[in-house]
Amino acid sequence: MGVMDEYLLGFITFFPLLVGLGLLATSVLSSVLGATGLPASLWRAVGLASTVLTFLLSLRLFAAFDVTQTEFPFQFVEYAAWMPEYGIHYFVGVDGISLVMVLLTTFLMPIVLLASWTDITRSVKTYVFFMLFLETGMLGAFVSLNLFQFYIFWEVMLIPMYFIIGIWGGPRRIYAAVKFFLFTMFGSLLMLVAILVVYYLSYEQTGALGFDLIAPLGSESPALLDTTIPITGQAVWWQTQFWLFAAFALAFAIKVPMVPFHTWLPDAHVEAPTAGSVILAGVLLKMGTYGFLRFGLTLFPHGAQAFTMPILVLALVGIIYGSLVAMVQPDIKKLVAYSSVAHLGFVMLGIFALNDQGVSGAVLQMVNHGLSTGALFLLVGMLYERRHTRLIADFGGIARPMPVFAACFGIVTMSSIGLPLLNGFVGEFLILLGTFLAFPVVAVIATSGVVLAAAYMLWMYRRVMFGPVEHAENRKLIDLGLREKLVMAAVLVPIFWIGVYPETFLSRIRPSVIELVDQVVKARGAEAAPEAARAEPGLGIGVRSVGEAVP
Amino acid sequence: MLRWIPLLPLAAAAYHGVMLAFVRRPTPRWATIAISCGSVALSFVLACVGFWKLRGLAPESRVLVDEIYTWISAGVGDQAFSSDLAFALDPISAVMALVVTGVGALIHIYSVGYMDDDDREDKGFQRFFCYLNLFTFSMLVLVLADNLVLMFVGWEGVGLCSYLLIGFWYSDRFNAYCGSKAFIVNRIGDFAFLVGIFLVFRALADLGAPSVGFADIEKHAAQMAAMTLPVPAWMPFGPDWSLVNTAALCLFVGACGKSAQLPLYVWLPDAMAGPTPVSALIHAATMVTAGVYMVCRLSFLFAVAPEASAVVAWVGGVTAIFAATIAIAQTDIKKVLAYSTVSQLGYMFLAAGCGGYTAALFHLGTHAFFKALLFLGAGAVILAMHHEQDIEKMGGLHRRIWRTHLVFLAGVLAIAGFPGFSGFFSKDEILLAAYTSHVPGHQWLYAIGVATAGLTAFYMFRLYFRTFWGKSRAPKALRDHMRDPVAWVIDPLWVLAFFSIFAGIVGLPQAYGDWFRGWGVEESNSLAKFLAPALAPGEPHALAHSTEYWMALGTVLLAALGAALAWLLYVRRPELPGRIARAVAAVYRLVLNKYYVDEVYDAAVVRPLVRFSDRVLFRGIDAGLIDGAAVNGTARTVRGIAANGLKYAHSGLTQGYIFFMLAGAVALVGYLVR
Repeated sequence: MGVMDEYLLGFITFFPLLVGLGLLATSVLSSVLGATGLPASLWRAVGLASTVLTFLLSLRLFAAFDVTQTEFPFQFVEYAAWMPEYGIHYFVGVDGISLVMVLLTTFLMPIVLLASWTDITRSVKTYVFFMLFLETGMLGAFVSLNLFQFYIFWEVMLIPMYFIIGIWGGPRRIYAAVKFFLFTMFGSLLMLVAILVVYYLSYEQTGALGFDLIAPLGSESPALLDTTIPITGQAVWWQTQFWLFAAFALAFAIKVPMVPFHTWLPDAHVEAPTAGSVILAGVLLKMGTYGFLRFGLTLFPHGAQAFTMPILVLALVGIIYGSLVAMVQPDIKKLVAYSSVAHLGFVMLGIFALNDQGVSGAVLQMVNHGLSTGALFLLVGMLYERRHTRLIADFGGIARPMPVFAACFGIVTMSSIGLPLLNGFVGEFLILLGTFLAFPVVAVIATSGVVLAAAYMLWMYRRVMFGPVEHAENRKLIDLGLREKLVMAAVLVPIFWIGVYPETFLSRIRPSVIELVDQVVKARGAEAAPEAARAEPGLGIGVRSVGEAVP
Repeated sequence: MLRWIPLLPLAAAAYHGVMLAFVRRPTPRWATIAISCGSVALSFVLACVGFWKLRGLAPESRVLVDEIYTWISAGVGDQAFSSDLAFALDPISAVMALVVTGVGALIHIYSVGYMDDDDREDKGFQRFFCYLNLFTFSMLVLVLADNLVLMFVGWEGVGLCSYLLIGFWYSDRFNAYCGSKAFIVNRIGDFAFLVGIFLVFRALADLGAPSVGFADIEKHAAQMAAMTLPVPAWMPFGPDWSLVNTAALCLFVGACGKSAQLPLYVWLPDAMAGPTPVSALIHAATMVTAGVYMVCRLSFLFAVAPEASAVVAWVGGVTAIFAATIAIAQTDIKKVLAYSTVSQLGYMFLAAGCGGYTAALFHLGTHAFFKALLFLGAGAVILAMHHEQDIEKMGGLHRRIWRTHLVFLAGVLAIAGFPGFSGFFSKDEILLAAYTSHVPGHQWLYAIGVATAGLTAFYMFRLYFRTFWGKSRAPKALRDHMRDPVAWVIDPLWVLAFFSIFAGIVGLPQAYGDWFRGWGVEESNSLAKFLAPALAPGEPHALAHSTEYWMALGTVLLAALGAALAWLLYVRRPELPGRIARAVAAVYRLVLNKYYVDEVYDAAVVRPLVRFSDRVLFRGIDAGLIDGAAVNGTARTVRGIAANGLKYAHSGLTQGYIFFMLAGAVALVGYLVR
């Protein structure tokens, strides 16, 4: 690793915020000096440039990530004292899982800034600042390896998002913003309590205070992952792990969101401006699934085991219920929002299948959902900008005046319903395969989701794009301009790339997933028989002696 | 080299796609034609080269593999999954690739003439060829794939192209509806296909060879036959299901979707909303045969799954006769052909289920020729009739468009099984397979097959007589301007007609081959010998040649009877059909309305599901219960408590605050000194 790479991760994380603060400083300075300050368009340009730079740097991060390195699960680690007396350190690093999430985040930011170029006209400067602030918040949460630090970023993210929905949103924006904030806060507070309990248990066992998830190389500080979290007790539901996992799981499940904690999502999505919806669906929801992977499963392997069935059932409900409810939405954006519930249901299945296929698929599907659903929100936004409505009934025959738009929408639709050679298929297939290996019946039910996905997406596509142009306003719709084509082209590249050559991502995800699955399975095996933990819920295919009659 | 067979059409499709979707600069017409037709023609040449190379190899080692890269992989150890992007050319895929690229190239050429007036402002001409090339690519991936997952890629790809092409004229709401219907019904099949893939992978993983490759399935088929699948005891056939039967049935449900078998056939008749070349290429010659191809590709699996095979045979047989009865009453020229296709596909499944994989593939090939010919001929009629498809408004066309008439007649004779024509031999093989198989009730299957042959001859000749003979029922203005279509359209038909007549030679059964012994023909049925190493050994044909002759004679006589009846009813006594229809009005209406299957599906599944989702799930549970009662209810309750109770505590009276403070302090002290 060169000198440049040594602080690369920290730089990527904080650079957007630094630019945002710099812009604020010029604003303050100019008002003090009585000057006019930088024009809004320059803010926007600087914002875009800095997010592009962040993306390029994270590409460098992605390329330099060494899949063969095994001495420490995380790379690009930075470790420094922050409040060491309480075990609070500045501790960042990425493994294959957080690596792709960082890349997804930095990829989507310039796209949404470009997409909202003409959309956002009020308080542009504030908007740019909040977007940059938001990017640092999200990146920080993905790279944090110190639980205290993670919690800070986890909460900090809410602030810019709250304002983005509340200021630039639709007519019911205040309701949606408050609902979003309260829902998330509610879960987070329970998680905070659970974090403190783990922190205390670790202190009890090691005699030292530490919030670090894992002990950095060459350090003696206590690691929360090494903490023994009691699983003794009469019944599962009387165990400490059970309750701690439940507290974490609630916070994450709200974020995912899992049915029945999902109702903030349609409101937030519909009211948020396009950029907000894209980031919300593309990145913020992944905080929940990422949290399950990084903290839920590893800190509380037994707690997670006890919750496996309920979570699988909720995920299944999410897939079927989300699809059916999506099918009957009159508003395109709300339809996409409910489709997110279904897609994230797949991700949750993959995670809790807890085998290499399922978890790899889940991580990849987190990226895929960010791309496909993000792109869908971008497209809906483009339509809304032209017609100021999102009701399916107001459209019809759009393919004629807007062929480029229809083509892009078509490809993204297909990606969303998991057409092979586009990104969605690879993730969905691995998830379903992994789930099948662990819980065959669950997988078969979940697979029926692919039929429902086709039904609701194609029904919507048909009503919007095909048929005669019935509303006179739609006849004169202008097709995508150069900027919008650029935005769509940028999203379509990874959609095709992952579909055709997923190995670019899978190869980086794989070692971390194997490590994670092994770690959890081993931790469970410490109590139960080692191999049984993995094979127990399996298909149990038997072999009958050859020659015996086949029924 | 193999990879270029599918990649050339992909390159053409990608070029058109980028030009259409992003560049939006017009491509000259000749360039579109050259790129599209040229790429498919080149693919055909490459397929020929591959076929030739294969023939040069020893029969047991006839397989060419082209591995490009590992596409998806996850996991380690005994459950490591990986699926390669790899193509394999073996006898089955070679024959199939020849059919796809050969018939495909002809249909591409035909489309140049047929889609001529679609060069409007939305660039319909280029868009059409973009989709057609994309289809050829997907179909070739499906055919050449060396593993189940890659086959699924092609499988879904052809479904997408079918969707795009059925709804090609999207401004008509009905076309768009038919496209979506095709895709969604196919997805039901794909769901089962996926489950089948999972089962096969899991079984192979348990045998220590985690894979989804066809070669591995073949190698372990015998071991898989002994595996069981535990299910709850209350399930039928529980508590142990046979794994291969379950997997084979799942895969067959997938095949039912794509190949339009009962109960998933409903999308195919509606698929006729697409342009006619599409109906010929996708919905008759190639894509819909993918299911048959899949069963033959997995013949080793089906051969050890006798129950599943019996289901295949019976579903095929019932579909064959069911669809044939519907075809009798249809008056849309393309609808008749569509139901005929469903019926013929049923025939192929009947053969495959009875172990006659060669017969199935043979009929697949001859059917591709004559059904493509019939559809394209129908297209020529439709062009001549200025887009009129109702045969009630045709009649007497044989003199006005005599070229079209001739080629169409060749197709009709081939499908009706006229002795010596290709359809005669392939149908014979299927009936033989049914006759000699061990499938339960195979005698009945044989009877169904023969009856269907008679029905087929009847409805095809009805179509033929109604269209080309009798008095013209077209308006006079149209009648006087009727001409055979341009050379782009008519020339490919001659080629197809040639093959419809003579393609039977490749599969000439020994019983007839012996006649030509003295003429230097030592080997007959070269197709079966070529395919044999790639297929599971079928049921032996232990029939005397004389029996074969008698059986053939019976079928031919029945078919001739059907044709004669059609002649009687539609040429000699054209007033009779109306009277018959009136006499059995209820039956006639039932058949005319295709047994109301669409209506039943709509009323039993689609509408209730939408209504349930809207009223119960969305309005009831989501908006009402969760968001209304739980979420906002909590908010209301909290606000209520604050508004009605807590706000009185914040009274602004100092005495009150002091009182609470003291009360708190007393309680605290009390707790500490306790």
